[in-house]
Amino acid sequence: MRSYIPGYEMEVPRNLAETLERMAREPGTWKPFAGGTDLMVLLEAGKLPQRKYLSIWKLPELGGVSVTHTHVTLGSLTTYSEIRQHEVLASEFPLLCRAAAETGSVATQNRGTLGGNIANASPAADSPPALLVYDAELELVSSRGTRWTPYHGFWKGYKQIGLREDELIRAIRLPREKSAWTHFYRKVGTRRAQAISKVCFAGAARMESGQIADVRIALGSVAPTVLRAIDTENVLRGEKPASAIVHAARETLAREIAPIDDIRSTARYRLRVAQNLVAEFCEQLTA
Amino acid sequence: MSEASRKIRVRCVINGQAVTLETYPLARLLDVLREQAGLTGTKEGCGEGECGACSIEMDGVLVNSCLVPALQADGTTIRTIEGVADRGHLDAVQQAFLTHGGAQCGICTPGMILAALNLLGRTPQPTTAEIREGLAGNLCRCTGYTKIFESVVEACRFARPSS
Repeated sequence: MRSYIPGYEMEVPRNLAETLERMAREPGTWKPFAGGTDLMVLLEAGKLPQRKYLSIWKLPELGGVSVTHTHVTLGSLTTYSEIRQHEVLASEFPLLCRAAAETGSVATQNRGTLGGNIANASPAADSPPALLVYDAELELVSSRGTRWTPYHGFWKGYKQIGLREDELIRAIRLPREKSAWTHFYRKVGTRRAQAISKVCFAGAARMESGQIADVRIALGSVAPTVLRAIDTENVLRGEKPASAIVHAARETLAREIAPIDDIRSTARYRLRVAQNLVAEFCEQLTA
Repeated sequence: MSEASRKIRVRCVINGQAVTLETYPLARLLDVLREQAGLTGTKEGCGEGECGACSIEMDGVLVNSCLVPALQADGTTIRTIEGVADRGHLDAVQQAFLTHGGAQCGICTPGMILAALNLLGRTPQPTTAEIREGLAGNLCRCTGYTKIFESVVEACRFARPSS
């Protein structure tokens, strides 16, 4: 059933400082509202328990993509459309651009934000696997100050992240160190556009004379959180991606993920597809 | 449930006309357009951002109006299907939909045309793949998409994105 619209409040703070001050004064009472592509769906379905929002959509302090010699830093309000159009991201962070291109449609990509995708904390979100592969760090701000945290480890459980009630994600920082790596991204859904993932796989590896010198693998929709497949990475690191190692990687991945049956797919299908994707990733490394 | 919020004033320009609408902050822009501005050309399909029937342009950007809270429309410039034809003269995209049978039941058509116009505004000569991607967020249950696709291809031949 639809929500009762007059029961919801939203106000527009003048700037980031005022936003943080209000979030600090009454912790948990006011929550940020960006492009609304997740929250409005919950509102329409009558499943939005939070009643009071601060519209942060236009706050300039949370927007923009900046590039330095060592990092690319994306303001949390960076939309999927902006990600897709950014030259440095396109050339050095293709997994993130693929994730952006495969999230929803043009209209969704114009309103959906990277910070929102992180804060919404869906295990089926498409950008988090790419962010994990790229060793993203998050800048979290509150009226108490700023702290940086690795995105890996930020998830605490199903739909739970290490964001305090008075904190906002201000930016996402990506080190510019994997442009020479081999990148691999596959989102498996019912339809090419608009579908929510059944399995999402992001991987990158640095090859040295046929060996996997370093590797990152992350998956969505196969566990209560988006996860980095550390054990599988360890199986592959230092090895040639030959059939015995690929087999070991498949077996390890099966132990590392915990897919379930739900409205979109089955645990069995997800397990098989995730294993096939790690094999396909390895195959690409030998190409 | 008690009424937590009061109505707010949303000032925006819709199809070239400055308007002030009174509504609740989280009212869907879709409902405000249809029920308060009287612009019922914008349709509701799924109400969850999956079908594109409610597509409009807000500050030149394609959005699903079912997912935009009214408060965030304050200060924006909006174009709906009612603002596409120019004093009775159909836009090339509209004309192409007529000529090529791009509309059947018509529910998806306003959103489909806004998505096509927005694509041509950004990419005046789109490739086949770009047309497919530009329309991928708009579902049609009648046409099988081929005639819609052909309509947009035909409209591109006029190479004149309207503003």
